[in-house]
Amino acid sequence: MLVLSRKKDESIMIGDQIEIKILAIEGEQIKIGIVAPKTVKVHRSEVFEAIQAQNKEALSISSGFLEQLKKK
Amino acid sequence: MKITTKFLGEIEISEQDILKFEHGLLGLEDEKKFVLLPLDADLPLAMLQSINNAEIGFVVAFPFAFKKDYSFDISEEDREQLQIEKQEDVLTYAIVTMKESLQDSTINLLAPVIINIGAKCGKQIVLQDNKSYPLRFPLQALEGSAK
Repeated sequence: MLVLSRKKDESIMIGDQIEIKILAIEGEQIKIGIVAPKTVKVHRSEVFEAIQAQNKEALSISSGFLEQLKKK
Repeated sequence: MKITTKFLGEIEISEQDILKFEHGLLGLEDEKKFVLLPLDADLPLAMLQSINNAEIGFVVAFPFAFKKDYSFDISEEDREQLQIEKQEDVLTYAIVTMKESLQDSTINLLAPVIINIGAKCGKQIVLQDNKSYPLRFPLQALEGSAK
C-alpha cells in the first residue's frame, strides 16, 4: 500500500482524472472530496461489505420457505 | 445438461439458459454461471441458481412488485459490460433474504441483479447511496401495495 501524508486542502491525483482532496479534519473524522469521471463508481467500503454479508445471509434459507409462501 | 438445485431438485437446463456473471456476485466472485428458475407462478419471485454449486441459490424478486417507483440508471460502464442496447433486454431482480416469517423477510434494493436476457449475462450492481433503496427493504411492503 502506498502511504502519503496530506494536510487540509492538499490533494492527490490518481491517474489524471481522479482527484482526492482533504477538505476538513475534525477530530477523528476526515472529510474527503472526490473528483472522478462518471464512469468511476465511488462507494464507502462498508457498503460493499454489507452487501457481501447480505448475499451470504440470503443463501441461508430453509427449504420450508416454499410452503410458507404458498400458505400466504 | 443436468444441474442440482438448492430447492428444486435435479433439473435439466440447456446451454442457452445459462447467464454469465463475469464478476460473480458480491462476496461470491467465483460463481460465474447462473440460471433463472421459475418458482410459484403467482408470485413475483424466481430462483437465481448457480449451475456449478447447488448450495448457491438465491430467491430473487421482481422489485417493482414491492416498490412501484423503484428506478435507477445503469452506468455507461455497466451498460457496456452487459452489452445492453435496448431497455427491453434488461431484467431487474432483487435478492431476497427469507426469514422464518415473511414479516421479517427483506429484499435488497441497494444492489439489484441486472440481467441482459438477450446477451445472457448479468451483474449485481450497487446503486449510489440512496435512503429510499435500502439493503433490507421489508418484503411485507407487498401486502400493502398488491392487495
